[in-house]
Amino acid sequence: MIEAFFNIDIMKAAWPIVLTGLWNTILLSLIVVPLGLLGGLILALLASIKHPLVRWPLMAWVDFFRAFPPLVLLVLLFAGLPFAGLELGGFACVAIAFFLNTGSYYGEIFRAGIDSVPAGQVEAARSTGLTRMQATRYVVLPQAVRNVMPDLLSNTLEVVKLTSLGSVVAVPELLYEARQAQSITYNPTPIVMAAVIYFLLLWPLVRLLSRLENRALAGRR
Amino acid sequence: MATNHIVDARAIHKHFGTLHVLKGVDLKVDERELVFIIGPSGSGKSTLLRCLNRLEEPSSGSIVVDGIDMLNPKTDINHARRRIGMVFQSFNLYPHMTALGNVTLALRKVAGKGRAEAEALGRAALERVGLAERADHTPGQLSGGQQQRVAIARSIALEPRVMLFDEPTSALDPELVGSVLEVMRGLRESGMTMIVVSHEMGFARNAADRVVFMDDGLIVEQGPPAAIFETPSHERTRAFIGQIQRH
Repeated sequence: MIEAFFNIDIMKAAWPIVLTGLWNTILLSLIVVPLGLLGGLILALLASIKHPLVRWPLMAWVDFFRAFPPLVLLVLLFAGLPFAGLELGGFACVAIAFFLNTGSYYGEIFRAGIDSVPAGQVEAARSTGLTRMQATRYVVLPQAVRNVMPDLLSNTLEVVKLTSLGSVVAVPELLYEARQAQSITYNPTPIVMAAVIYFLLLWPLVRLLSRLENRALAGRR
Repeated sequence: MATNHIVDARAIHKHFGTLHVLKGVDLKVDERELVFIIGPSGSGKSTLLRCLNRLEEPSSGSIVVDGIDMLNPKTDINHARRRIGMVFQSFNLYPHMTALGNVTLALRKVAGKGRAEAEALGRAALERVGLAERADHTPGQLSGGQQQRVAIARSIALEPRVMLFDEPTSALDPELVGSVLEVMRGLRESGMTMIVVSHEMGFARNAADRVVFMDDGLIVEQGPPAAIFETPSHERTRAFIGQIQRH
């Protein structure tokens, strides 16, 4: 058992490869999380426009990308776009797929946050002469983000986990590199290493999330 | 349109769907005047107040405040609103900012003051409502009365020409009402033009220049407080005054 899953020699040999994968996972996360947040914010702000010409396409957009499996979306972009003469590479495909998929999720979270801010807040801001944009930026959004912080964090956890999908389109992230190391060494130890690293990477976030959720519960009491 | 009134609202109608909330209201207010608007709930008094700074869009009519045509699409409404302070029943302080932050936001973003100047003006405004030493507290750390006084400071810091009060003491515990009325009395003495929707009869009696009684979307009668409270000429006014004085 120890030979197969926790082989020290294999660990030593595989470490540089796995480490490369870790850095790429972190890099990928640092790209797709802000991208998703940005996309979500844009969607949420557009959602405050009640005009049917904005509302219906927006709803269709969000519904579509939330219902569409992100892996299918990713493969479709990676395998399909070259036929449209667009050769983007794995990394860019992951970025676009995540922008579309996780942006829709972040968007719904931001929207719930914005809805949770009482209308009186905007009225007070507007009554002092702030524009709609200024009221949104200085009064509504800070409160909205604070109100949905646990959901934002929870979604971010999912997004980081989902970066392992990049392995399917040959993005050299953690899972992909671990599998490379596994196929070179004929030993599953590198996969175990990847699993442990994923856990160590995400566990602090999980703890933070629990604390935020407990605090939110306490605040509601 | 030449007018001597600082607020000149004419023939204001407001529909909410099928509901006809204001049915042609005229309200003229002189400079330095304190006008009290009373009436049963649903009479349209808050809606009228909210139309004056266009938080509510009137369905028709004309509103001129300090010479600015509020309903002209070419009017810069954000600029106009700086001259019209508003105080709400539920305070509506920004909970994520300190008292000083609440007061300085519009000074900085609307009036374009630098940080140092905005903070000096903000502290002066808090001083006027007796809360200078609470500048760094958040709304959650303040009592209802203190929150409402911060809300008043937030408005007066912009040096408005008119102040609108929408039931400013209705959400307060009885023992906190006095401190807010005290601040309002101070404003009145400094010459501020004020339009107040409230049922604080004692305050109306000794501070108001004029009491306006509204019912069912119309002004039923208006006059000096003594006349409206002691010798109302309409049956509806009499009934209403009788009701609130019993409490």
